Amino acid sequence: MAEVEKGAEYWRWTESRWTNPEMDWKDGEVVSAGVDVGSVSTQAAVMVDGKLYCYSSMRTGSNSPESANNAMKWALEGTGLTIDDLHATVGTGYGRVNVPFAAKAITEIACHARGGNFMYGPGVRTILDMGGQDCKAIHCDERGKVKAFLMNDKCAAGTGRGMEVFADLLGVHINDVGEMSLQVEEEPPPVSSTCVVFAKSEASGLLRQGWPKEKVLAAYCSAMAHRVVTLLERIGVEPEFAITGGIAKNPGVTNRLADELGVKLAKTDMDTQIAGALGAALFARALYLKKIKGKK
Amino acid sequence: MIANYGYKDGSGDFFISIDTDRCDGCGDCVEACPADIFEMVEDEFDIEAENDVAAVTSEHAKKLKYSCGPCKPASGFEKAELPCIRACGPDAIGHSW
Ligand code: SF4
Ligand code: SF4
Repeated sequence: MAEVEKGAEYWRWTESRWTNPEMDWKDGEVVSAGVDVGSVSTQAAVMVDGKLYCYSSMRTGSNSPESANNAMKWALEGTGLTIDDLHATVGTGYGRVNVPFAAKAITEIACHARGGNFMYGPGVRTILDMGGQDCKAIHCDERGKVKAFLMNDKCAAGTGRGMEVFADLLGVHINDVGEMSLQVEEEPPPVSSTCVVFAKSEASGLLRQGWPKEKVLAAYCSAMAHRVVTLLERIGVEPEFAITGGIAKNPGVTNRLADELGVKLAKTDMDTQIAGALGAALFARALYLKKIKGKK
Repeated sequence: MIANYGYKDGSGDFFISIDTDRCDGCGDCVEACPADIFEMVEDEFDIEAENDVAAVTSEHAKKLKYSCGPCKPASGFEKAELPCIRACGPDAIGHSW
């Protein structure tokens, strides 16, 4: 059996915050913000004149308004900005209507397309958002406008939540799951079900048979990748292809996904978890500029 | 914009698609569907849009095969004769199965 330390929180992914060291918001004109309240994680992103200034990414708490407030406060920490300084804020994600300081709520599909376009560049045509609780495939144009989408929220397969359960089961920290799963010499057959409950008992069985952890992880990551590939068949994959959301940081899944699809993954040095919040901040900026123009 | 609602599982593909560029917001599908699958929502994809568009409720998106079951008997059916498709003048609704 795998050695699992009692009380250790293997599922706990790293919360983070960041401020652009080269920018000063006081030099800017329009400060816009986006908050993405998901079922598992919440992100807040602040842009100054359309450039990313600061962000935070943390676990969603017990209620949406509080999670939105906390994420925004953390993002603004140390910047001297307060929520009152934001010219416009848009809420998105599952809890989007519950962002207290947002002027408008916009669906996460539109925000991920817009944020993905910003993050990966205008060449991106297919965006796969692999979030905490669901999985969305989006086609967009060069401006990040949605052309078609497909959402799967039927089960936790292919989602961050599923991965958390797995990390805990194997006693491997969630940040290491991807790399570790790539350390197999030969790809094992994928586990037969990605349904978290079944996959869990299947994995326990494999561990008992003496499979090393990396092999079990490889079998799970490839099952997850395969499951998403079958979902993508419905709308097709047009290059460039980019992945957003937490799972985008797991090369065990993304590399296998790209291999199976026969495509290259677009690259970014930004945090893929903030795509939704980033898109929301871009919409907030557009709405604010429209309002100003209307007044003149 | 084509919105696909539904899922894929071992028994097949169950998706309803709505072309939001064609949908004129009349709401006739909401009235016509015996299973209350549709709802009218703000067109959040086009911030310039003036009219609402039809969407599949998230509750039904997870079980479309069953929700549409009565309209789609195993003995066979014509897609063009489904109440939702008949109701939609601009031809904005599509079914994958
Ligand atoms: S097939 Fe019947 S139940 Fe299904 S959406 Fe159309 S009208 Fe509603
Ligand atoms: S009947 Fe057609 S046009 Fe009217 S709301 Fe439904 S989908 Fe839109």
